[in-house]
Amino acid sequence: MTPLDPIVLFFILGLVAGVLRSELRLPPAIYEGLTILLLIAIGLKGGIELAKQPFAELVVPVFSVMLMGFLLPLVAYPVLLYVGRFKRPDAASIAAHYGSVSVGTFAVAVAYLASLDISFESYMPLMVVILEVPAILVGIILARGISRETRWGKLSHEVLLGKGVVLLVGGMLIGWVAGPKGVEPLAPLFFDLFKAILALFLLEMGLVAASQISSLRRYGLFLVGFGILFPLFSAVVGGLLGLMLGMSTGGIMMLATLAASGSYIAVPAAMRLTVPEANPTLSISVSLGVTFPFNILVGIPLYLQLANLLHGPGG
Amino acid sequence: MAPEDDTAMSIDTRKLVTIITESALEHSLADDFERLGAHGYTITNARGKGHRGVRDADWSTSSNIRVEVVCDAAVADAIVGYLREHYYANYAMILFMCDVDVVRPEKF
Repeated sequence: MTPLDPIVLFFILGLVAGVLRSELRLPPAIYEGLTILLLIAIGLKGGIELAKQPFAELVVPVFSVMLMGFLLPLVAYPVLLYVGRFKRPDAASIAAHYGSVSVGTFAVAVAYLASLDISFESYMPLMVVILEVPAILVGIILARGISRETRWGKLSHEVLLGKGVVLLVGGMLIGWVAGPKGVEPLAPLFFDLFKAILALFLLEMGLVAASQISSLRRYGLFLVGFGILFPLFSAVVGGLLGLMLGMSTGGIMMLATLAASGSYIAVPAAMRLTVPEANPTLSISVSLGVTFPFNILVGIPLYLQLANLLHGPGG
Repeated sequence: MAPEDDTAMSIDTRKLVTIITESALEHSLADDFERLGAHGYTITNARGKGHRGVRDADWSTSSNIRVEVVCDAAVADAIVGYLREHYYANYAMILFMCDVDVVRPEKF
């Protein structure tokens, strides 16, 4: 996938149309439908592959990746607090966004590796799920300590039964149970059309990203710098972890991408409910307006080069 | 109008509480209303502009809901007090109230 891959061009189209204030918008229900299709497709594919793998081999990767999810926001927090001079709840909330993941970025990375014919570890979709949660917990604790005011039961319901987790895990289980033969009739929609669905999704994401740019102007250069430099740091951490876990080049690249991506769906919703004093515009504008476009346009090819560097190409 | 309709239909006054706030609060508010004694509520999506800026429903964090609750005065007071204490400081929220005539008061 060169930078001129059509799905990236669709993203650029969305960005440009948004910056020029075009009236173009996908209807919210269609955007919602596209994310559902992407989540199921990623889950199904992971589940089919997962069936071929001994379960015990997953234990070490799952726990190490979870640990990474706890640690990344702990690194981001002091940088935001002391260098960025953000208020405590804001620093904690932004840190939580960067410890968590973006499924959209993951989907583009999947398409990118597929176009280059590079395979990656089949359990990666599981890692998306694993990384979604720890950062939220760290963010809440950083913002307000272990407070009794936090309604943990309600929060865990909201997070664990959110659309993302349910569809990814559900898709994986269905793929796992049904196997490749069983899923075959579904392939035309979920697998053959994957890139077309992704193209439409990215068109809308371009429009949304462009709409965040005006609020970024208000918050200044530090946030823009953070939105680019912190993902680069996280990508190196993710890549090194992948190397230590003995992953393939594709796997290292995917883990670097996951580490580098920032959440814009699950974490904003959770933070709004549990850390209401944090300004939601800050974190969403840097995650959607800076990091997401950076990862799509520059980051993903860069993370493959990083993986090549760490592992040697093709392996 | 037939005489039996007159006896069946009693018109009564209740409070209509309308709240416009962030859609992130939908589930918490639903729980709160139930606990405070409201028998029902209606939620619709909303867009608009207030002192926290334009809320255009562009993205989930900038979408609004409009919640309407019809209840008696005591429950309305409880709702107003609770929302003021728990949400006013940190969330975009406005609330207003008016009297409404209802035909089946036992529903509210």
